[in-house]
Amino acid sequence: MFEFEFMQRAMTAAVVIGLLCGLLGFFVVLRRLAFIGVGISHSAIGGVAIGLLLGIAPMLTAAVFAIAVALGIARVSKRGGLSEDAVIGVFFSGSMALGVVLFSLRRGFRQDLFGYLFGNVLTISSAELVLLTIVAAVVALVLVLLFKELLFISYDEELARAYGRPVDLLNSALLVLLAVTIIIGVRLVGVLLIEALLVVPAATASLWTDRFRAQVALSAFLGAGCGALGLAAAYGLDIAAGGAMVLVGIITFFTSLVLRRATV
Amino acid sequence: MSRENPDTVVEVRDLSVQRNGIDVLEDITFSVRHGQFIGLVGPNGAGKTTLLKALLGLIPVTRGSIRVLGAPPGDRAYDAHGIGYVPQRQEIGRNFPATVADIVMMGRFCCMGPLSFPRKKDWLHVKRTLALVGLEHLAERSIGQLSGGELRRVTLAQALCASTRLLVLDEPTIGLDLPAEHEFYALLAKLKADLGLTIIAVSHDLVALGGRADELICINRRMHIHGNPEDVVHSHAIREAYSCEFSFLAGELAHHEGVRPHDGPAHSHDEDTPGRDDGHGDK
Repeated sequence: MFEFEFMQRAMTAAVVIGLLCGLLGFFVVLRRLAFIGVGISHSAIGGVAIGLLLGIAPMLTAAVFAIAVALGIARVSKRGGLSEDAVIGVFFSGSMALGVVLFSLRRGFRQDLFGYLFGNVLTISSAELVLLTIVAAVVALVLVLLFKELLFISYDEELARAYGRPVDLLNSALLVLLAVTIIIGVRLVGVLLIEALLVVPAATASLWTDRFRAQVALSAFLGAGCGALGLAAAYGLDIAAGGAMVLVGIITFFTSLVLRRATV
Repeated sequence: MSRENPDTVVEVRDLSVQRNGIDVLEDITFSVRHGQFIGLVGPNGAGKTTLLKALLGLIPVTRGSIRVLGAPPGDRAYDAHGIGYVPQRQEIGRNFPATVADIVMMGRFCCMGPLSFPRKKDWLHVKRTLALVGLEHLAERSIGQLSGGELRRVTLAQALCASTRLLVLDEPTIGLDLPAEHEFYALLAKLKADLGLTIIAVSHDLVALGGRADELICINRRMHIHGNPEDVVHSHAIREAYSCEFSFLAGELAHHEGVRPHDGPAHSHDEDTPGRDDGHGDK
């Protein structure tokens, strides 16, 4: 399959996004951010629609919109006295509805919408791959630099605050990293499946080890593995690449669950 | 403010704190000198945890002033590194994927820059601190595999890793059985003597703290009494704070203080001492 350039690009993109989602997924699972991730990914539809309507690069407007939604959810749930899941529900459905309405103003919107809902790793261009790799490298670098602080606030926010750590800033930074990762992932596997790449490898890793260093490494490895194996399976079986990548992850998770129960 | 005594570690003057428009603390005044072990007691909902959080700068002060290690909490001169804090919690999240050494290292984070990583000297510091609490042999064990008493010593080591000047503990023995509680307080006494620590500990357990602290401060939204434990527990003010009568057995505090780890099975003082209850403290 590697005789085709588009497959080389797709495989590189799948491994890069798998690695990044595996790394960031450690904090998504540890901090129970899965639902906020769903909210951010669905809000991308609103951002994409704004971009298409205004004639601006849709992934750029989606990124700005997703970051604004992520920070908006955090701010409103903190200051509005509402539970976070309720606020996520409002932002998520609101931005999704905005996206659908704006898409409906365009001709051929169904095709556009379908493309963003399910993504397409096979159509990634060389320029997009370079951009994806650069953004992923920056996100990974920031994550590594802030790892110690993010781990501390994940352990106990109040304790971290008592020791003078900028807890609110760190929480916001984590949400921005999450939003950026989701947006670059949306291009590859779509709004509906990107969350699975964030949660499933990290959840699988947590079944195998109770040490964070090993969890992060295993999660990144599983994420990259899901990307590569899923894409290979999609090529061999002629099925949707995004779905295949996620299904490989899901199979790995349930296999791990059964093996762990059998061995413990 | 008057010139402060260099020996004063904590100074609270006419402190009032409101939460959601309600006074949870009013006109609290006291000071803590270097090397003292202060027990902060009061019934559930008295504002003990709120007072600790105000000392740590976690909640704003409505009126009055606080100075900790010479500066108000939140001030640029305030030394968050000078305070070791053991928060109120029944259990560390047992699923948190870290070893004992990793958890203790978090206390050291406050001495590092936000973008720096632990170095060899930091891990040596963690090792030395674990030795202080007798847990060096458990350094590489996952925290999910520890007993309740061991977990408390881990949180104590974490606080010591942050500071050996002022230790602030919120219900440090809640959820422990009596032998584990005695063992914890004996360790605290040893650390105080060896390191010259100043300690402020909150507990709903009047008898347990009264047997160990140099002085007791009893609050119930307001300051009720501050003095040596024997005087405090037999005072009218403490009955007023708890809104009930106490009937301490003669010498009970002294007996409590005298119990050493593994001295024997727990005696039934929690059945005949109204000051000991099953509350979880105030948040």
